[in-house]
Amino acid sequence: MRKKIALLTAASLLASVVALSGCGGGGAAPTQAAGGAEKTEAKAESADAGSDSKEALHLTFYYPVNVGGSAAQLIENLCNDFNAENPDIVVEPVYTGNYDDTVTKLQTAVQGGTPPEVFVSLATQRFTMASTGMAMPLDDLIAADPDGQEYIDDFLPGFMEDSYVDGQIYSIPFQRSTMVMFYNKDAFKEVGLDPEKPPTTWDEVVEYGQKLTNDNRYGVGLALNSGSAQWAFTGFCLQNSENGENLMTEDGKAVMFDTPGNIEALQFWLDLQNKYEIMAPGIVQWTDLPTQFLAGEVAMIYHTTGNMANISQNAEFEFGTCFLPGGKRQAAPTGGGNFYISNGLSEDRVQAAWKFIRFMTEPERAAQWSLDTGYVATRQTCFETDLMKNYYEELPQAKVAYEQIDIAKPELTTYNAAEIWRILNDNIQSAVVGDATPEEALKAAQEQATEVLAEYQ
Amino acid sequence: MKTYTRKQRELKKNLVGWLLVAPSLAFMTCFTVWPIFRSIYLSLTKYRMGMAKPEWIGFENYMNLFQSSLFWKVMGNTLFFALITIVPSMVVGLFLATIVNRKSRLTGFVRTAYFYPVIMPMIAIASIWMFIYMAKNGLWDQFLVSLGRKPMNVLSSKKTVLPAMAVMYVWKEAGYLMVFFLSGIQSISEEVNEAARIDGAGSWTIFRRITLPLLAPTFLFVSTIALTNSFKLVDHVVIMTEGAPNNASTLLLYYIYQQGFTNFNYGVSSALTTVMLLLLMVVALPRFLSQDKKIHYN
Repeated sequence: MRKKIALLTAASLLASVVALSGCGGGGAAPTQAAGGAEKTEAKAESADAGSDSKEALHLTFYYPVNVGGSAAQLIENLCNDFNAENPDIVVEPVYTGNYDDTVTKLQTAVQGGTPPEVFVSLATQRFTMASTGMAMPLDDLIAADPDGQEYIDDFLPGFMEDSYVDGQIYSIPFQRSTMVMFYNKDAFKEVGLDPEKPPTTWDEVVEYGQKLTNDNRYGVGLALNSGSAQWAFTGFCLQNSENGENLMTEDGKAVMFDTPGNIEALQFWLDLQNKYEIMAPGIVQWTDLPTQFLAGEVAMIYHTTGNMANISQNAEFEFGTCFLPGGKRQAAPTGGGNFYISNGLSEDRVQAAWKFIRFMTEPERAAQWSLDTGYVATRQTCFETDLMKNYYEELPQAKVAYEQIDIAKPELTTYNAAEIWRILNDNIQSAVVGDATPEEALKAAQEQATEVLAEYQ
Repeated sequence: MKTYTRKQRELKKNLVGWLLVAPSLAFMTCFTVWPIFRSIYLSLTKYRMGMAKPEWIGFENYMNLFQSSLFWKVMGNTLFFALITIVPSMVVGLFLATIVNRKSRLTGFVRTAYFYPVIMPMIAIASIWMFIYMAKNGLWDQFLVSLGRKPMNVLSSKKTVLPAMAVMYVWKEAGYLMVFFLSGIQSISEEVNEAARIDGAGSWTIFRRITLPLLAPTFLFVSTIALTNSFKLVDHVVIMTEGAPNNASTLLLYYIYQQGFTNFNYGVSSALTTVMLLLLMVVALPRFLSQDKKIHYN
């Protein structure tokens, strides 16, 4: 009996010691433990890999995938190529879900003291990345690089524009997109419209939309779900603003939601639904819209160039792409993810990370990435490669996105970007479902956003 | 053999008891008690992503929440959703239980079929129901169109989004509650039913006068489970609507998640968590304290 008790005592004490040791230090501890385990594992692996790379630097690279297809596999391949070319550096790609998940994981890793050296995050996150000290400014690296300035100047200005925080470069464009209009040429022919003349103004959108709408088909399609509405809305506001102002100031500290131009833009959306009845009422989901377009249920949709591959492979009709039609002017929003380097790394790691970013954005590679995914190639020299030239010959619809970058502006980008997005989305939806007039909705959005941004004034 | 005094013996007995619960106690401390106190502490601070340390601000988070119309909207949604899911899922669960209680060759199959939605993850269920609720091309809208009506696009209207989710949830939850009701029904002695039948009672009378009253403990248990479960829902909101339209489908847990992991506003999200904790305690305590006495346990 006594033996049994002793045994039991030992066992339960052991169990509680184990459990408690995992407990100390509070919230951060488990992540630290997990992150630590990952790192050791990685190190052990590389030690096995070869004795010649004993000194090899290990970099962790977090990347999100936000489009269908095999983007994750492509990233793995690119990293393998990099590691083969640079035996002294080993980049470990870690797939981190979508953009939101990636920020969550990043935050956890930072709290655990094991941030990835390089990561891809939305361009719109750069104010947050800078203000929280999660990413470092890259200006010194660019200055130290022999062709650094040349490299930066080669990026399309429309994309490079949203890499700056207070005049410093915090990110390098990588997987970038813009919104274009896809339209069904067969439907155009059917109702007597010229399939080579897509709409260029809002008035034409209404006019064409009315012709294209019938019992089984809507003329126009826009995704108004949370996380998508604010993107399209940026486009409409740019098209309707007096002097081409964006929704926010360049320093990301203030928003201008309730201007008369923007109120008109939101009213125009409601008119498409309620007055002209050429757009589905309520909220259509971002992911449903291409499906409806492919099924012939909507003739013109506003969507990302990232859907090019999907639509060109699955459309059973002839489709065209065009610039977003303009109100007072033509304009479009850009979007997508950039490269960042974590703050507080040792000098050799920073250099290795920079080398990796340069490698990933080499013209040939950026061009191939664009072909494989549908993202717009980020550098001017990409478009001089044979790869890109052949692609545009094969799929001329893809070229529109590139040409449109000249008139494109960054999407809504501020401090606390996620919260500000949510505020705008919620209020747009309140107008769409009829809880508020466009004016009330945007005034409310302005008020709420100003409150959130107050601490940065 | 050494003899122990009574006190020593008692001490030893207690020690064994403590040691036996030590492992679970350790885990409870780590993963339940500690996080609760940590949340309560964080709820009294300003703590956002990028801040090195939480900054003490007292009850400011709570004051802000109580003044925010969004907070009250979310609370309203949560209570409304609880209201429209608990009673139906209990009624359906009880109904299913009475069906599968009958002996027939198909009993095993039918029980499995009704229980099947329970073992499926909510994420999978929500994804599947998206095909039913999808605008225009979904099963429901297609059904309406085939009747010559207009498609509803239920998930995009503030009036229908929560009821639509509730239907799905009742479908999933009823099978779970059915199991408790079934075991409750089967624990009722057959003699009581037989005696009633001899006295000439019909099956409805038996159900109303015998089964239902004797199921009271089960009802207490099931209603508490159903209520707390309905507060703990988040997966389907993420998959189906992300709170749209205009937060008409934002439930408390989703709001907590959004504050914590989208806005990285840990202070506010901890305050919301504390509110939820209190709410669940308020909901659960009186039920256990008061109703316990009025119920016949057999």
